Amino acid sequence: MKTNPKTFTKRKSYVPFHGPCDPCPPIGRKYYSTPPNLYVGFQPPNLPQFPPEEALKCGTLWPTFYDFYENPYKKGAGRGHG
Amino acid sequence: MWKYEKKLQYPVKVSTCNPTLAKYLMEQYGGADGELAAALRYLNQRYTIPEKVIGLLTDIGTEEFAHLEMIATMIYKLTKDATPQQLRDAGLSEHYASHDSALYYENAAGVPFTAAYIQAKGDPIADLYEDIAAEEKARATYQWLIDLSDDPDLNDSLRFLREREVVHSQRFREAVEILKEERDRKKIF
Repeated sequence: MKTNPKTFTKRKSYVPFHGPCDPCPPIGRKYYSTPPNLYVGFQPPNLPQFPPEEALKCGTLWPTFYDFYENPYKKGAGRGHG
Repeated sequence: MWKYEKKLQYPVKVSTCNPTLAKYLMEQYGGADGELAAALRYLNQRYTIPEKVIGLLTDIGTEEFAHLEMIATMIYKLTKDATPQQLRDAGLSEHYASHDSALYYENAAGVPFTAAYIQAKGDPIADLYEDIAAEEKARATYQWLIDLSDDPDLNDSLRFLREREVVHSQRFREAVEILKEERDRKKIF
């Protein structure tokens, strides 16, 4: 991965413009996913693997590609990403 | 030739009686970026693509049918015991009028499936770029479904399916790299 591991996030956000004449209260932040497959390019050999049982549950054999998703608008859901 | 294993790719458990979720899930059943569209798109493209990536299209196209079966199971579980009144409250009265609680290939808004959702340009790069886009759109659809659903067990299965879209997108991106054949060029120059 060419990205800086210290600043790498799988979710980004932005604040849409909210004008004084908009009918609804502002949603605040809008979130979008930037999953790992956007950054890896061709998968390098010998990446670490999940144990088989865990891999079956996660949907991938490789932790590099694992990206748990939670509704970002749910109360208490991981704010502060991106 | 296919071999069928009489089990789901990942367990499907639905813990709350909420037929409205069935209506939303139909987006992944018969929608433009749904599992049926994905399976038919990839399996059809296999015939006119370089040999190196045919196997990938077969594998992923086949897996999409396994996903379709999971979505069908979710919809079935959410509607099989629903009364006409419950289906009406869930916004499924138009569906009921035509289909009872039978499954049908249509999207969340009731628009029937059409082959026009699928492209086959015959250009390997154009087709694989469409496949990557299709995976990202399906991933996004799963996110919106998880956002709409508050059933933890259903969301668990939806998260598995979303993760598979991430992996499929990765593999299609690698297929593009294979066809570009620039991977090891740096070593030569």
